Amino acid sequence: MNILVCVKRVVDTSENEIALNSAGDDIERNDLVYSINEPDNYAVEEALQIAARSGGQVTVVTVGGEDDEEILRREMAMGANQGVLLTDDCFAGSDGRGVATILKAFVRRGNYDLILTGVQAEDGAAQVGGMLAAMLDYPFASLVTSIEVLDSAKLKISREIEGGNKELNEIDLPCVLSIQTGINEPRYVGMRGIRAVASIPVPSYGGTELGLDGGTVGAAAAKVKRTDYFVPALGKGAEMFRANREENVEKLIELLAAKGGLK
Amino acid sequence: MLEGAQFVPAFLSWLVPEWPLFLKIHVLGLACFTYIVARRLVPLVRAARDPRFDRPVTRLGMVLKYWLGQWKHPRYKTAGSLHILVFAGFILLVIRTFTVLLAGVPENFRLPGRPGVASEAYGVVTDYALTLVFLCMLFAMVRRLVFKPARYAVPARYGKARAADAIFLLALIALLMLADSLFEAANRAAQAQQGLPVGVATVLSLPWALKTALASTSLPVLSTLSSRAYLLHEVVFYFLLCYRPFGIQFHVETSLFNVYCAKLEKGTVKPVDWGVGDEHLDEVKSFGVKTFEDFTWKQMLDFYSCADCGRCSDQCPANAVGRPLSPRFLTIKARDYAFEHYPMLRRPGNGQPLVGSIYSEDEIWSCTTCGACEEECPLLVEYVDKIVDLRRGLVDDGKVPQSLQKALKALESRGNPYGKLGKKRADWAQAADFQRTCSVPTLTGKNGADTLYFIDSITSYDDRMQSIARSTARILTHLREKFGILGALEKDSGHEVRRFGEEMLFQSLRRDNVQAIKACGAKRIVTADPHAYNALKHDYRDVPPVEHISQLIARGVKSGAIGFKPLADGNSVYTYHDPCYLGRHNQVYEEPRNVLDAIPGLKRVEMGRSRDRSFCCGGGGLALFYEPKEEQRMGVKRVQMAAEAGANVIVTACPYCLANMEDAIKVAGLDAKMRAIDLAELADQQIAREVPKVEGREAAVIQQECAVGRSS
Amino acid sequence: MARIYAYITHRGGVADDTAAELAAAARKIDPTASPTALVTGWGTELDGVCNALRASYAEVWKIANVALAYPNAELIRKALVRVVAPGGFVLAPHEHLGMDLSPGLSIQLSAAYVSDVVGIAGIEGTELKVIRQEFGGQVSAHVRCDVSSSAVVTVRPGAFQPAASNPAGGTVVDKSNDVGALTAGRRYLGTLEAEAGDVDITKHSVLVSIGRGIQEKENVAIAQELADALGAAVSCSRPVADAKWLEKSRQVGSSGKTVKPKVYLACGISGAFQHLAGLKGHPFIVAINKNPQAPIFQVADVGIVDDLLEFLPELTSKIRERQEVAAK
Repeated sequence: MNILVCVKRVVDTSENEIALNSAGDDIERNDLVYSINEPDNYAVEEALQIAARSGGQVTVVTVGGEDDEEILRREMAMGANQGVLLTDDCFAGSDGRGVATILKAFVRRGNYDLILTGVQAEDGAAQVGGMLAAMLDYPFASLVTSIEVLDSAKLKISREIEGGNKELNEIDLPCVLSIQTGINEPRYVGMRGIRAVASIPVPSYGGTELGLDGGTVGAAAAKVKRTDYFVPALGKGAEMFRANREENVEKLIELLAAKGGLK
Repeated sequence: MLEGAQFVPAFLSWLVPEWPLFLKIHVLGLACFTYIVARRLVPLVRAARDPRFDRPVTRLGMVLKYWLGQWKHPRYKTAGSLHILVFAGFILLVIRTFTVLLAGVPENFRLPGRPGVASEAYGVVTDYALTLVFLCMLFAMVRRLVFKPARYAVPARYGKARAADAIFLLALIALLMLADSLFEAANRAAQAQQGLPVGVATVLSLPWALKTALASTSLPVLSTLSSRAYLLHEVVFYFLLCYRPFGIQFHVETSLFNVYCAKLEKGTVKPVDWGVGDEHLDEVKSFGVKTFEDFTWKQMLDFYSCADCGRCSDQCPANAVGRPLSPRFLTIKARDYAFEHYPMLRRPGNGQPLVGSIYSEDEIWSCTTCGACEEECPLLVEYVDKIVDLRRGLVDDGKVPQSLQKALKALESRGNPYGKLGKKRADWAQAADFQRTCSVPTLTGKNGADTLYFIDSITSYDDRMQSIARSTARILTHLREKFGILGALEKDSGHEVRRFGEEMLFQSLRRDNVQAIKACGAKRIVTADPHAYNALKHDYRDVPPVEHISQLIARGVKSGAIGFKPLADGNSVYTYHDPCYLGRHNQVYEEPRNVLDAIPGLKRVEMGRSRDRSFCCGGGGLALFYEPKEEQRMGVKRVQMAAEAGANVIVTACPYCLANMEDAIKVAGLDAKMRAIDLAELADQQIAREVPKVEGREAAVIQQECAVGRSS
Repeated sequence: MARIYAYITHRGGVADDTAAELAAAARKIDPTASPTALVTGWGTELDGVCNALRASYAEVWKIANVALAYPNAELIRKALVRVVAPGGFVLAPHEHLGMDLSPGLSIQLSAAYVSDVVGIAGIEGTELKVIRQEFGGQVSAHVRCDVSSSAVVTVRPGAFQPAASNPAGGTVVDKSNDVGALTAGRRYLGTLEAEAGDVDITKHSVLVSIGRGIQEKENVAIAQELADALGAAVSCSRPVADAKWLEKSRQVGSSGKTVKPKVYLACGISGAFQHLAGLKGHPFIVAINKNPQAPIFQVADVGIVDDLLEFLPELTSKIRERQEVAAK
């Protein structure tokens, strides 16, 4: 089974304090630690486990620049057979649809039975997987929490739905799945593994090889653009409720309702 | 007793017709033994290398102290005394045993040496030695059958109980003693009847008792008895000789070598491969121990040498709280694996991964590397290196628990396991109030400061532990030390990173730290963190000498540079908990106690398990991130020990111990009754500072700091 | 202004709360808009939902098809493509079905896609201005979306307050015949219910978290009742898990789980470093603790110094009262 996992290098939210920069229009980018998007890492682990059980190859691909190669290498250290970088100046500024277009062009060059993405990245958009599937006209399922290969033509998967319930589906191959965290326990990639793959070449493809131009990808073609970052006004330290219990309860309920804490 | 050639014809004449049999038994027995030992050596020959033959004088000293001197045995009084007596008996009987065996060799054999006072005296000694060993065997059998000490028990998941085997062996040794005594008794009875001198009567010894019983037995019967006893002795001797390598009694043969080859330096961890320098580690195909053959020959010798006494597991804190780790079984399971896969007659079996077959992953991750097991083992069996090697193997295969992966990733990208910004590492020193009492410069190499204060991660970032850093800085200031810190350049010492098997990440952290340390111009290092202390002392090379703050305070107390004011509260009873990496691994036991004893009005009690028997708090560094399967927390057991000792304040000298103790006090529901404090905090609080104005505002600040620390 | 459709999710014959929220969101896009509800399903349950929606939607398009008896996004997408007029906006809630359906829908409708929107400013020229959050909610972003070929927008549940009940007196239009036969490469097999003890605290947006202040195992029920009233889950700090008053899987902290809820009620939790390390994103933290010096008050948004064993039951009962009133 030929598995392709689409991965993204993101600002690691668990190891960074995300704050606005002094100009107030972007996040502070000094001292940021980047790593592979966590759901993508689960997706690669899942791909490796499927390949180990059913035989196959795992390719990891990302759209980006030189800096993004490091996550491809990390996933290769984890066990992926091949890493691929899709890079071109004309890709810069692509929105989600643009990224999906680029990935689709790459998929069409190859022969992949299964395409995995992580359920969402740091922007919380959760879109590339679904878009890619529609562009390829492949069946799609999001929030996948388990995969069982039934035969060379179909899989049995479960999706995470409300209340901790799982929705069981049968899905035809080739298909696109977006993987939810917790589907497995990703193996550790140590420093040693990373050093071992440090000099393996990572092929890259640009617009020409993929048959794409600035018409469908890149900033010019992007329909969704971020204007700025901002932080809604927050108070410092706890606002202490100093009234009696009854009043405190009332006030708290109002606040919870406003914050979406009440059903 | 054999007294040389002249008696050989007289009463051993009946041996002579049987010497072909005896000879055959000798030859067969020795041949079997040689073959068995050779087969046992097979895995060692294929094993990883391990240099254990350096410093022969020191090693001989170890043999004298631990092997001949049975140094560790008295730690368990009953078993220890028994063993010392039996061992002494065996040593004393060595010459006799050989001479008895050789007596069965053809008739023209002449024994070296002459009868005289020396051999007479030896004869007396051996008579009592035989008796002593015999009685000890009986006692030991009764102890096994009736009293059944808990530490010998074999929990179901580790296999069948081995009491039957132990008793069998004890009985055989008793039988050996009996056979020898009977042989001796029969001969002497025969001598007496023939009017020959029989030497000093060894009253109440076993041979004497038997001889007395045989006093009126006829010579032909005595002759039969003698040769039968001889045969029995020979058979039992060779049976035991050949049986020992199949079980725990193999330690009789291997213990000498095991002690000679023991690890000489405490606190260190072996390299990944003894023959490969750090620069070439990238070329090594596989890290750590994955199959049995990855162990070093000395590690395999450890498995053979284990006497299954259970002392290690008895002291192991992980075992005490129900974690799946029991050091004794770590060894015995490996030994059984070796026996099974390297059988006597068939070809060695194929190696299989140890973790997943005889070991479980949880078992290997459960260890806090406290060293209690190694400290206890009378045969100097080593454990920490094996655990580290097994972990290296797991890390190499990516099998690391998710909670540890998070911490390791943070260490890689941020230099601390919490994922906090590296540039905030020195923020603890920035509080305005604190800066008034103390200045903590970052060393640039040109400050003219001799002393580097290495804080390490937990003390730098944890709100509660930062108070230890501030106290330490104030103490150094009081001692008029010109000191500074590495600031944002300091990274985690990597002490646990190495011991949890991520060797390359450790080396990366070490490289960065060593570079920063060298550039800072310090001539010595001080730390309040025993893990950092151990790392800088043993894992790091080419760095200035390092001391723990307790050592500086103790010296200050002794020299008068530090004087303490009396303790304000007279109701508290203090006890000192020895941190594993300050105490057991580095033998710093007295300095912290001296500091406490120098505080006027401080009442101190000692817990039952203290100094090298201290009970681990739960572990430090990465151990705080691992989620073990356990019935109870180690810290909770420890605070209960403190309560039992009558203490209501636990003083530790390690931030991890402090974190674990404070947590445990909460979990055990002892918040109202007990508290924990760091030695540096306590010292800082009690130092009588000369300048009057310091007492006022700064003292209040210091008091407040310590109070805030306690209430969280 | 193009038509705005709102895809309505429903269960057991009852429309989800997001139905009214989508109507409110639609009005933020175009205050003059009269959004159309799109409802897929089968049988009397579907009819019931459509009827109820008439109160908030001028037009309710009913799409009944036996294949849609269970909401399979792959089939729903195909149905909607056949029904939605070109150039129309489609809104959906950003939850498991909306996330499954919408990205692909935007491609098939050749529309732009913007997801998990928490605020809408409106349309300026050809751009729809919205507010999203990134980095697990730590920062917000102003985002503009070119809607010249319209857009599919998913909306964060709870972000848009439904307007006071404004009976629209809508009609139900049956569009089922426009759909025809439906097949897809993904087929629904069944649903596995979560086991009673199987609560994954990392997936809850509201957590009632308890610490040592809960004092005894029996008192954990007090927190559970509050959690039930809030539709939340109970989580805890380490001492509670260690004491085995809750399973280890409920523990928040550096050696427990990392959670990114929207609202976090820290009850009887002191706020130790190891615990707070498990709390990511920018949750709205309410701290209830007997000790006014507890460090949690430094990181909380709202602090109440009170005995949680007294405060929580009162909070729970007032919430229940309010829900009863709202249900009427």
